[in-house]
Amino acid sequence: MNLTSIPMLSIVTFLPLFGVFWMMFLRDDESGKRNARWIAFYVTMGTFLLSLYICWGLFDPSSPKFQLVEEVKWFGPVQYKMGVDGISILFVVLTALLMPLCILASWHSIQDRVKEYMIAFLVLETLMIGVFCALDMFLFYLFFEAGLIPMFLIIGIWGGKRRVYASYKFFLYTLLGSVLMLLAMMAMFWHAGTTDIVKLMDVNFPADMQWWLWMAFFASFAVKMPMWPVHTWLPDAHVEAPTAGSVILAGILLKMGGYGFLRFSLPMFPLASQDLAPMVFTLSVIAIIYTSLVALAQEDVKKLIAYSSVAHMGFVTMGIFTATTQGVDGAIFQMLSHGIISGALFLCVGVVYDRMHTREISAYSGLANRMPIYAFCFMVFTMGNVGLPGTSGFVGEFLTLLGAFKVNTWVAFFATIGVILSACYALFLYRRMMFGEMDKPKLMNITDMNMREIAIIAPLVVLTILFGIYPMPVFDITAVSVKNLVTNYEAAIRASTALLAN
Amino acid sequence: MEFKAIVFLPLIGAIIAGFFGRLITDRGAEILTTALLFVSAALSWWVFSRVGFGGETIKVPVATWFTSGELEVAWSLRIDTLTAVMLVVVTTVSSLVHLYSIGYMHEDDARARFFAYLSLFTFAMLALVTSDNLVQMFFGWEGVGLASYLLIGFWYKKPSANAAAIKAFVVNRVGDFGFALGIFGLFAITNSVSFDVIFSEAPNLVGKEMSFLGYQVDILTCLCLLLFMGAMGKSAQFLLHTWLPDAMEGPTPVSALIHAATMVTAGVFMVARLSPVFEYAPTALMVVTFVGAFTAFFAATVGLVQNDIKRVVAYSTCSQLGYMFVACGVGAYSVAIFHLFTHAFFKALLFLGAGSVIHAMHHEQDMRNMGGLAPKIRITWAMMLIGTLALTGVGIPHVGGFAGFHSKDAIIEAAYAAHTTYNYAFWMLVFAAFMTSFYSWRLMFMTFHGKTRAEPDTFKHAHESPMVMLVPLFVLALGAVASGFVFSEYFIGHDYKEFWNRSILHLPSKDILHHMHEAVKKAEWIAWAPFIAMVSGFVLAWLYYIKMPSLPAATARTFRPLYLFFLNKWHVDELYDWLFVKPAMWLGRVLWKTGDGRIIDGLGPDGIAARVVNITGRVVRLQTGYVYHYAFAMMIGVALIATYFIFQGGGLLK
Repeated sequence: MNLTSIPMLSIVTFLPLFGVFWMMFLRDDESGKRNARWIAFYVTMGTFLLSLYICWGLFDPSSPKFQLVEEVKWFGPVQYKMGVDGISILFVVLTALLMPLCILASWHSIQDRVKEYMIAFLVLETLMIGVFCALDMFLFYLFFEAGLIPMFLIIGIWGGKRRVYASYKFFLYTLLGSVLMLLAMMAMFWHAGTTDIVKLMDVNFPADMQWWLWMAFFASFAVKMPMWPVHTWLPDAHVEAPTAGSVILAGILLKMGGYGFLRFSLPMFPLASQDLAPMVFTLSVIAIIYTSLVALAQEDVKKLIAYSSVAHMGFVTMGIFTATTQGVDGAIFQMLSHGIISGALFLCVGVVYDRMHTREISAYSGLANRMPIYAFCFMVFTMGNVGLPGTSGFVGEFLTLLGAFKVNTWVAFFATIGVILSACYALFLYRRMMFGEMDKPKLMNITDMNMREIAIIAPLVVLTILFGIYPMPVFDITAVSVKNLVTNYEAAIRASTALLAN
Repeated sequence: MEFKAIVFLPLIGAIIAGFFGRLITDRGAEILTTALLFVSAALSWWVFSRVGFGGETIKVPVATWFTSGELEVAWSLRIDTLTAVMLVVVTTVSSLVHLYSIGYMHEDDARARFFAYLSLFTFAMLALVTSDNLVQMFFGWEGVGLASYLLIGFWYKKPSANAAAIKAFVVNRVGDFGFALGIFGLFAITNSVSFDVIFSEAPNLVGKEMSFLGYQVDILTCLCLLLFMGAMGKSAQFLLHTWLPDAMEGPTPVSALIHAATMVTAGVFMVARLSPVFEYAPTALMVVTFVGAFTAFFAATVGLVQNDIKRVVAYSTCSQLGYMFVACGVGAYSVAIFHLFTHAFFKALLFLGAGSVIHAMHHEQDMRNMGGLAPKIRITWAMMLIGTLALTGVGIPHVGGFAGFHSKDAIIEAAYAAHTTYNYAFWMLVFAAFMTSFYSWRLMFMTFHGKTRAEPDTFKHAHESPMVMLVPLFVLALGAVASGFVFSEYFIGHDYKEFWNRSILHLPSKDILHHMHEAVKKAEWIAWAPFIAMVSGFVLAWLYYIKMPSLPAATARTFRPLYLFFLNKWHVDELYDWLFVKPAMWLGRVLWKTGDGRIIDGLGPDGIAARVVNITGRVVRLQTGYVYHYAFAMMIGVALIATYFIFQGGGLLK
């Protein structure tokens, strides 16, 4: 039998829904809760293994083309079209990797409406994987926007005290961008007569139209990233979300903006990207410095990590719009690495939150005394966050900065200041929580991580270090697609300058 | 294979001690890491004998690190004479410090962790000195920074230790900011980060310009200065020196290994390693010379009045590093590395000796509470005496002397031969030599001689350290006595070109070593100047602390403002606190509460919600009078202006 004829991407995308279907039949008692957890875990693990097989078994990294393509006519011009290239496939794997960890992290901390919670997560997984596989513009839009709903519910139902405010803010921001993006997509369809992303990449939109389209997409992606100054929903959303929600938010949802820039803005609107890159640089650099300083002043662990996420995403947007091989490679790597590190940091916060039920930094001190394993893991992720060479955090930052220096030295200069500031807030946090005497009476009986928690966090420790010293498995997959993207971009720019010269 | 073993054995030790410390017990961790380090040290000496003395450069590829477009970064080892010298220094001092720590740390209950950190440090340092490209060097560079952070904060219950650890990391990051930009720049220009390519490109870049931050600057000058900023951070040069004295919060063996013999010399190593680039950037070298000379002078003045025994030695280190940079700056890289080599022995000796004193005095570090200890701890005293003789450079010109005499006096001579403006480098170094002699003897006299000022109980129980701590002192003492005259001929004498082979570039047009020897031949007094400075420092210290012990207090009274200025370390810490630390915290708070809270949220989501209420209630007034609306407009304006400048500042090569 020919393996390529099996719709692998559809299977990996909709496998989680199979779990949802299964859960429908569960009863609402203790055994139902237990079964819901196990089902969610098995299904997400299955999805993860399948994604690994797709990435390293079926995918051919030596071709820049979209692979494993499935195409079915849907309605009107819209098709159900799926496919992956070197840029998108690793995000599928990242999503599938973080999911089982999230399920495990919610094992005991979620006791209310367990079934519904697990269903929300599984639906979310389908939608997120769908975003990275969709090759039709409207299909993409559907996944992209629908993903908002389960996240909205996760924060709104299982969140903290101010969950309503947080989910409202999250919704409001994202809505604004989506409306504009939808309008832009319609305009693109009217102009090009197709919604097929692959075909759209070959369409030369007129320069002035590119500007408007670029802006509309930017409104949506910038909110998702989030870029300064539309970032303020993120800290609130993180603070109120349950641990697993934060992990997905930081690990995957933030990456959709960056992925969108790579899938739409850069290849489809190269001229506008070229013209508006300085604006993106400015916003990125402001984000890096501004939010790093704000992170320094935080008293809430989750907020601190949330702000540091905004700063790290600044490197991503900066790298993407340098439109150099190093910048784009670095941006993709930074997104993957940040997915691992920030996800892990939120999981770490979850570990102590489950014990003490507070996110106040001042409620903790001297945890290293009683929690050496925890202190070690937290140290690894702190160093990853700081971008220490030898952790995965370094490679992405380094490459994006390298790309930025080639394009504009001011940008590289200011962004590199962020490297100093990240050391300040990250080590300051570590000191306040981990070091010092253990003088708080409530902490006296705190216990180190248990086997379940170690099983969640250990893989991420390994990945942080492994991708720090040997990131080639990632670059082997992305290299050809990125090169193709950058070459096409440069060709488009050259063609337009040649046109102007005539 | 042997090269890989040298580098990776310490890493293996660190991993086993760190993760399986409980399994193999503290004792097992000590023995394992120490043994592995001794193997590594033995191999290093063997490699030194083979590669040093004119051997060819050996390259050992290990693995690919990452590639992106034309960028290729590899894990690999580059072994030439310069590396071999560093291997010997690092592994020798490290193995001795491991051994010493078995005695010094015997009461600590986290020894496995301590030894894991020590070995991790050694690995990172070895990765630094064996690197074949700038990025791996940066890996080692930040890796030693991490190890230093962990070791300074080893006693993590002490708030002062934690503060010092963070300070060390952050100040180093400020230096690394420059280092990183330098790497980006070199890559942008040469399309490579590997040494071979950069070195062969450097001569072609002379006189060429690039655009940096809107200015047209000389490529090599600009990039070398950026790289040097990294060196200033790691080697605690003036302005980025503030972390080093605070780093003394760490256990004393750490101070000896990291903050005296090895890590802090990484900056000097970097400049020497990049000599094929720096040689073509005379303006940058002038800056290096000036920073070095000024630091040598500045740190010595502060060293004069410190009372903490470790801090005196720390400032002395800072000052000696300044000497090394002067040597680099005038183009005498081999002299700089020679001083690095000898300094490693006698400064580690002084630190471990100081540790032995502290051990004897039950963790008392204030010299005002010491005195008269010589008879109680005779061996430690003798070892410290050797260290002091070496540091102050005791020796007779043209005849020979202790280690420091050979290397330090050579630097002073090179500084003279370089003919800096008004010979400022020469005079500052001679004056610093005088102060070095004074504070070193002050330390000896205050600690070991005169009547004791210690608590009677502490004094009574003062005891000599165990053999496991004394043996490393003996070995280092041997180095402090002999490393000067044994190696002088190879490092900086007639055979120097053959010895260094191609690992260091001395442009033939400059040939500073030749001029140095010529200068001394012409003007004999140059060789005697440091000698006189050294002797007068000793005499003055003897006068102050033995002959007339009332003099120090009287002098401090007479020159009170100057005394306080030195005692408070030129107020650099206070200045930084006022200039950077407090504003950063304040700005963070303001941006958070006002920027995010009132302006962005106030006008964004919260504002919209309020607006909905407004519209239903009453007519929206155009002029709301809210200060924040204007502030918002201002922020947009700032963003626009910045965008404009980035448009203007534009690309790199125009």
